[in-house]
Amino acid sequence: MNLRKYLVLAGVSVFAPLGDSFLSYGMKQVGNISLRNIPDLLLAIANPWVGLGIIFLLGFFASYMTALSWADLTYVLPASSLGYVLLALIARFALHEQISLTRWFGIALVSTGVGFVTSGPELTGRPPQHLANDGSVATEHS
Amino acid sequence: MIRHAISNLNGWLAILAIVLSSSAGDVLLSRAMKQIGDLGELRRKRGLGFVISRILRNRYFLMGVVCMAISFYSLLFGLSWNDVSLIGPAAASLTFVANAFAAKIFLHERVDHRRWAAALFVAAGVVLMAL
Repeated sequence: MNLRKYLVLAGVSVFAPLGDSFLSYGMKQVGNISLRNIPDLLLAIANPWVGLGIIFLLGFFASYMTALSWADLTYVLPASSLGYVLLALIARFALHEQISLTRWFGIALVSTGVGFVTSGPELTGRPPQHLANDGSVATEHS
Repeated sequence: MIRHAISNLNGWLAILAIVLSSSAGDVLLSRAMKQIGDLGELRRKRGLGFVISRILRNRYFLMGVVCMAISFYSLLFGLSWNDVSLIGPAAASLTFVANAFAAKIFLHERVDHRRWAAALFVAAGVVLMAL
């Protein structure tokens, strides 16, 4: 793991919860959508908060795909869940919200899980394939 | 009362749809990215245009995006009926566990005790943080 890879994981961690929060705020403005009016979901993206949420989620998607190109799915998902902890810490120290003991316990569990997975190798299965000089795909053998 | 029950039912239907489509999307995207290789390395060797074109021509990527789109609209549907504090953590925590099974079965990743523990700790932690 190098700095670039840690930055990519940080991008996954930060963009996803921010994107979800903006989407939630926007969908509260849009209101309930019943199963009979499913096409209304397509119009929901016209809401600026939903639009902003989508931009953040695109950032998440780009970081996520980059991480998956060099690490296992079961490494990337837990390792990038520090975003939940980050949001809780922002809520506590920047927004001065009260955080219950249960929530602190949740933060500790997520952090422990992240610690478990990041202390191991990022790739366990077959190594990723790389392009040979002629542009063809070749599997890397270690 | 009835409205509350409908709201809960639609919320959990959305969570189920998110977990299934998101796990399928994660597995397909992971397979696509492993086929393509390290994006940073490829970009340095062949340029960004080549990387984008290679990603867009990968069928697993395209199928993964369709699954992610279904997951995204299921999330919007769920958020229109229930709070993000239920939909977000419930879907995320169940997806962690579902992905560990899916990665082991479909991607043949070696999900050892450390990774199972990580998935379960994170899933439990996400639920507690939402309480």
